[in-house]
Amino acid sequence: MTEKNYIPGEHPDLPPPSNMIGPVAWIRDNLLSSPANIIMTILSVWFLYIVIPPTLNWFFLDAAFTGEDRNACRAVADGACWAFIGERFKLFTYGFYPEEHRWRVNLSFILLIVALIPVLFDKAPFRSLGLKFSIAFPFIAGWLLVGGLGLEPVPTSQFGGFMLTLVIGITGIAFSLPIGILLALGRQSNLPIIKVFCVSFIEFIRGVPLITLLFVASTMLSYFLPPGTNFDLLLRVLIMVVLFSSGYMAEVIRGGLQAIPKGQIEAADSMGLKYWQSMRLIVLPQALKISIPGIVNTFIGLYKDTTLVIIIGLLDPLGIGRASLSDTKWTGLSTEVYIFVAIFFFVSCFGMSRYSLYLENKLETGHKR
Amino acid sequence: MTENAQSTQATASSENYAVIIRDMHKWYGEFHVLKDVNLNVTKGEKIVICGPSGSGKSTMIRCINALEEHQQGDIIVDGTELTNDLKNIDAVRSEVGMVFQHFNLFPHLTVMENCTLAPIWVRKTPKAEADSLAMEYLERVKIPDQANKYPGQLSGGQQQRVAIARSLCMRPRIMLFDEPTSALDPEMIKEVLDVMIELASEGITMLCVTHEMGFAKTVADRVIFMDGGEIIEENIPDEFFDNPQHDRTKLFLSQILNH
Ligand SMILES: Nc1ncnc2c1ncn2[C@@H]1O[C@H](COP(=O)(O)OP(=O)(O)OP(=O)(O)O)[C@@H](O)[C@H]1O
Ligand SMILES: [Mg+2]
Repeated sequence: MTEKNYIPGEHPDLPPPSNMIGPVAWIRDNLLSSPANIIMTILSVWFLYIVIPPTLNWFFLDAAFTGEDRNACRAVADGACWAFIGERFKLFTYGFYPEEHRWRVNLSFILLIVALIPVLFDKAPFRSLGLKFSIAFPFIAGWLLVGGLGLEPVPTSQFGGFMLTLVIGITGIAFSLPIGILLALGRQSNLPIIKVFCVSFIEFIRGVPLITLLFVASTMLSYFLPPGTNFDLLLRVLIMVVLFSSGYMAEVIRGGLQAIPKGQIEAADSMGLKYWQSMRLIVLPQALKISIPGIVNTFIGLYKDTTLVIIIGLLDPLGIGRASLSDTKWTGLSTEVYIFVAIFFFVSCFGMSRYSLYLENKLETGHKR
Repeated sequence: MTENAQSTQATASSENYAVIIRDMHKWYGEFHVLKDVNLNVTKGEKIVICGPSGSGKSTMIRCINALEEHQQGDIIVDGTELTNDLKNIDAVRSEVGMVFQHFNLFPHLTVMENCTLAPIWVRKTPKAEADSLAMEYLERVKIPDQANKYPGQLSGGQQQRVAIARSLCMRPRIMLFDEPTSALDPEMIKEVLDVMIELASEGITMLCVTHEMGFAKTVADRVIFMDGGEIIEENIPDEFFDNPQHDRTKLFLSQILNH
């Protein structure tokens, strides 16, 4: 037995032994911990070796970044022909939004970022002021993009590309969450009328494909409206997308609401909080926190579903891509187009997914036991 | 007696009484849970309610702050009669604190925020004032150093003491306790009971469902025994424990004292 060099009861905190930390320990624990693990590691390295170099070559090393047309690309390189995307980049971004008014799109985008910061980060400076701006933002952006009241009007049929995706996606996200919350609360209501309305609405939405609703928006709705009314197609699409995702959102949030123990509401009631106070201060913060993965999942689904508007003739990025591919100068470059559009969607959706993880961690208060 | 005369009598006697329960019945669907309950609690009185499981103890005290609705009879709390009028219910609830078996702290809020929530939103107390009030009560329950932790980071006994402080922050005139110690490990029971005993010495009206007979002996002015939804027997603690009248009381006492 070694001699004790400390007083019993006052053992100092020591660093862990060196074979527990450091890169070598990490590799041993995570990559080479068992024979099966060693084989998996070798196979994975081999797989990466097969896949990564050709991909990098196609994307960058063998790719052509400039050129007049497809043949010019092929003359210099046999990888990707990014010159095509370069030429069409503005079309992909703005659709057919008039050149001289595109600053309005750019400004809306900058304001979007300004509006998002206070919503996403609770430590943002001037947050309470910022949140007021965030609420006003959809209306400001709507005015900037559509025009009127001093700005020259731009018909919504000229919206297209990523800008259209953002308009539909963000409107859907911004409105489906609050409406979904109301529907979910309504579904649990004690008042039969409210409950029946919410249940039927949710079940109807979930039973019907989005495409059907979009068709209804684009064609059938004009049968129901008084003749001569001019009800903007994009607005109809937005309403349908919002209603559709609200239905899904309501169910996701209902799952969260059901996970809140009855004792929470009883405690709130017993202190004299009113219904809306206990919902807002006690129930929803907890229910929404539990529902974050589902909520973000619905957001991502909605965002990608915006590509369905191609079917009723709106030119989302895929629509622009399809239209560009019919240009004889650039035939056969569909891989580039679809990869480009995929990257755009991937970046947005991956961002949402990361943010949801960040939020879950931040809201963790150690009450899971 | 006409109905009018009865209600004037109610107002007159409610001067002295914190809670009046008169001929009260409650049903869960077909099931008659509470049968003809009559109970007058004078201001400042400490009442311990005991009885076998399922006898309706929780249901009765939950009727007092309208967490459960009664179908017949009257409940008058601090002069306000509990009717379907939401205004009355809210008024009563802000005067009556309740401590639950499972604490029911809000896990997404810190201890401090748990304590200041109701003062800020129900009483409209300014935040700074609510904070210092909360701190005062957290000191009383001897956990001021936990103020910025979340409930999930505290032991059961600490959580229950926070729950008591949270109720006290509304400065209630009546406190209801529903088995406040029965979800706790033995070594934590004492710390919660100590807080309750201290509270009892301060003149607040207390109704406490508990099987802690030691607590009942030290604190209670009256012990009430319920079985099958009825109040079977009530007496001062010494008499209740040493000289129970009813057979069911005897059986119950022999069961809880001999194990
Ligand atoms: N929401 C409810 N619906 C139907 N029956 C109920 C409901 N809540 C309680 N009961 C029944 O009412 C009776 C009284 O319940 P209560 O919770 O008041 O008993 P208790 O005396 O508090 O028992 P314990 O000591 O177990 O807490 C029990 O038989 C119980 O099954
Ligand atoms: Mg009970």
